[in-house]
Parts: sequence; C-alpha cells; structure tokens
Amino acid sequence: MTLAQDVATRVAPQHRDERPAPPKPTVAPPNPPSRSGAADEEQPKLRISGLNAWYGQNHALRDVSLVVPPRSVMAAIGPSGCGKSTFLRCLNRMHELVPGARAEGTLLLDGEDLLSRQVDPVVLRRRVGMVFQRPNPFPTMSVRENVAAGLRLNGLRGSHDEIVEHALRKAALWDEVKDRLDASAIGLSGGQQQRLCIARALAVQPEVLLMDEPASALDPIATAKVEDLIHELKENYTIVIVTHNMQQAARVSDQTAFFYMGELVEVGPTEKIFTNPDKAQTNDYVTGKFG
Amino acid sequence: MRSLGWRRFVNRFWTVASAAGVVAALVPLASLLWLVVSHGAAGLSLGFFTNLPAPVGETGGGVGNGILGTLLLVALASVIALPVGIGAGVFLAEKGNGRAGDVIRFVTEVLSGVPSIVIGIVAYGLVVAPMKRFSALAGGFALALLMVPTLARSTEEFVRLVPGALREASLALGVPKWKTSLLVILRTAAGGIITAVLLAVARAAGETAPLLFTALNNQYWNFRADQPTASLTVQIFNYAISPYEDWHNKAWTAALVLLLLVGLLNLLARLLSRNRMEGAR
Repeated sequence: MTLAQDVATRVAPQHRDERPAPPKPTVAPPNPPSRSGAADEEQPKLRISGLNAWYGQNHALRDVSLVVPPRSVMAAIGPSGCGKSTFLRCLNRMHELVPGARAEGTLLLDGEDLLSRQVDPVVLRRRVGMVFQRPNPFPTMSVRENVAAGLRLNGLRGSHDEIVEHALRKAALWDEVKDRLDASAIGLSGGQQQRLCIARALAVQPEVLLMDEPASALDPIATAKVEDLIHELKENYTIVIVTHNMQQAARVSDQTAFFYMGELVEVGPTEKIFTNPDKAQTNDYVTGKFG
Repeated sequence: MRSLGWRRFVNRFWTVASAAGVVAALVPLASLLWLVVSHGAAGLSLGFFTNLPAPVGETGGGVGNGILGTLLLVALASVIALPVGIGAGVFLAEKGNGRAGDVIRFVTEVLSGVPSIVIGIVAYGLVVAPMKRFSALAGGFALALLMVPTLARSTEEFVRLVPGALREASLALGVPKWKTSLLVILRTAAGGIITAVLLAVARAAGETAPLLFTALNNQYWNFRADQPTASLTVQIFNYAISPYEDWHNKAWTAALVLLLLVGLLNLLARLLSRNRMEGAR
C-alpha cells in the first residue's frame, strides 16, 4: 500500500461525514498515472474566470481569469497591494476570515467550483494547502506533532510516524530533525521552521499548495533550500506562489502572472514575461522601472 | 537652562522619593506578615493541620476540617467557574468584537465589582433557600460567582495574545474553526490561563463574606457537597470574634496556614508563568 493510498483510506471516511454530496473523492492521488503535457493543457488544475474580490467597499481584485496546469508552478508578482495575496487567499477561501471580505466569479479546481456554497471551506483547505510568509509552527507542539497536526486535529488517531517521515523527507527536513522529532518546533531555525510548515501542509496530502511569500522572512541559504524544494514539489503538486522577489519568480515558476492595482495585467510563460512581455507595464515592472 | 548641580539634585530627590514610596508600600505587607507569623507560628503543629477544633478550654485541636473544607469549597467553585469563565473568555476573544461582546464585557466588569457579601446573599437566595439548608455547594457557588468575571477577562487577554498566524495555520490545514479555537488557540494560551486560574483560586480561598451564610460552618469533618462545611476563613472569623485567649491564638495560627496556602498557590502560578515565558522563546 502506498502512502497516498494509506492516507486516502484513512482520511476518506471522515470526509464523507462532513461533506454533504462529494462530487469526487476528496483525496485524489497527487500523481495520476500517466498524462502527457498536451493533456495537461486540456485539463487545467485550476481554471479561474471573472474572479472579483472585495474587502468591504475596497475592490481588491478585478475580473481575474487564468488557468494553472497541474504539476506546475505559477508565480504571482506585482507591487504591494496589487491583489496578488488576495488572489492566493481566494484559492482556498482564506479570504473569508477577514470580516467583510467576499469573492465572486468561478474558481474551478478539477472542474469543481470552489466558491459554490456546496463546497465546505474546511474540506477545501485540506485539498488546497497553504504556507505563509512567516513560519508559523504551533509553539506548544513538538516537531512530530506539528507535522501530524493536520491529521490529528482532524480526528485521525493512532501513529502517524510514517506520514510524518514522508512529509519531512518531501520537505527536505528529515535529515536535520530526525534526531529531535520530540523537541519543540520553536527550537528550529527560521528556515527549518518554514520547511516544517511546508511538511505540515504536505502531511494532509493536498493537491494544490499555495505559498504566500514563503521565503521573504528567510536568509539567502534557507531561501535557496525552499526554492529547491519548490522545484521538487512540483512533480506531485500544483503550486501557486506569491513573491515580491522577481528573481525568485524567474527561478521557480513555469508561468508568471503580473498583478497591478487589483487587475491581472498579463499572464504567460515565465520566460516570456521576463524577457519579452506583451504589455509595456509588465516590462516596466520586471525591469525595475516602477514598483 | 538650570545648572548641572540643580538637575543632579532634582534627580536624586525623585529617586529617593520613589524609593520611599516603595518602602511605604512594603511596610504594611511586612508588618502583616510579621504579625501573623509572630502570633501564629507558636501554635503550629502537625495536630493543627489534622485535628478537629477542640472545645474551649481543652488543649490541642486544630483546623483540619477547615483546611479540608476550604479545599472542597474551592474545588466545587472551580468545577462551576472554570468552564463558564474560560468559555466566556474564549468567546469574548474569538467572537467578542460585536455588540454581544460589549454587553458581556460590561456585565463581567459589573460582576467583578459586586461586593463579596452581596455575592453571598445572592448565593443564599439562589441555592440555600431552595435547598433549605446551608451547604458546601452554596459556598462553592458563591465563590464561583467571584471567580467567573476575573477568569473570563484574563482568559480573553491570554487568548488574544495568541498570534493570528497560528489560527491561519490551523484553518489552512482544514481544521474547523471550533477545533482551532479549542485545540490550537486554547492550548497555546494554556500556560497563561493556568496562571489566571491559580490566582483566581487563591483569591477565592481567602474569601470569608460569601461563605458566612452559604457554607456556614461545621465542627466536624464533611466530605459532602450538600452539607454545611467548615472553612479556614470562617473558622478564623469565629475564633477571632470569640472572647477566649486560646481561640485568638488559634485564629492567628489558622491565618498563618491560610497565608501559606494562598502563598503556595501564587508561587505555583509564578513558576508556571515563568516556564511558559521561557518556552515561548
């Protein structure tokens, strides 16, 4: 039994209780057997059309449409306040935590509308994981408990050691923490804490991983490690990353979306966006003329 | 511009003045401790902790039932007050930004300002009168009424100290809101809340007025919640207003025991909060 299947069998029954009408299995195998690149384009992981978001009266995101192919990295860039973080948060409905925030439009994950009322945001967030700007491990929990937190807090009992090890290996942290799994997570360095948070997000077997400036609080070496990690993770996961750092976007992403004043100015292959963008505004931003 | 000498003088003057303020504040505390220890220490013995009160004129005897009674009362009060107080505190921190929160916050403020003798009368009316008997339960209820507002407010403060990033981390893992509040937020705030609980317990253990006509008193051991119960504070009160020299001495010794008990709880709270501060870094 592979780990994914193991998790699927353990997670599935509980999800069945909480979801009124599951249109599809909650935990899809992260690595479907065989799919060519051409098929990927026909079957985008995320298809976003006409997405608008408001914070109260503030129209933060205007009519954004784009598609993210599976097992690829999409970077969202743009100056502060351009709506890229709002865009990211809409993807797992974390924007709903802000009082007065709302989003309209269609957000299809494997063809299922995420913004529909039938979709429980709690269940959605197990499919669309998130890593935040600042490392935020649970301070009262050990390294092991942190990684298993998503499973434990969702009511899965028993030993999660296998999943913990697997997630830590995926997050390239296993070798550094295997001897202190029961030590407090606070004792780790900032970069280790961030990789721990990535491992924690991976342990619930999400299909999509959202990263909100995951390296902006880290030193260059830790940043490089996180970037390497993103490269490895995209073999299995679809990743959307928000970053202020354009070199980082250029290094890690397959596609880049440039946001400005709440609008999606341009989206395309990263190489094209950085070398030969269609819009002058994009060109000005990536060459550092403004922003 | 005043001269350097003048500024030095002013500086020294206010340093001395504030030091004098500290001394003035410490004198009553020190004299209180000295008084209680000097009068009470002589009566301390193992028997004082374990024996029942002796009748007037007999030597020996102790406040064993009073100590047990205080512990019983505080335990009953905690059973009632902890869920209500902590629950209210979590609600205030998590959902208390609306009108309901303001109302509850105002009510807890009013409640914490109610004189403890009034709390005693309320407990008499609500518990003693319908049950037609004085009981430990009534005393525990009265003490619980005193504990709830402080518990609610300090729980709220500690829960609000938990960084929002942890809430987001938990919610982003697909953990429902209520579980996030209970298993992540409350757990992170637990160190502070335990400190607040111990301080509330210590305060409740030192109350006399709410017990006078709720738990009343008892000359014998009592383990039942529906019976009148002795307590250290009421015992001290009764000994102190008696006309007997022997009982006056016992009042001092019992006061010393009560101080030790409350001091122990405070010390425990300090240690726990210190450990927590270190753990958070």
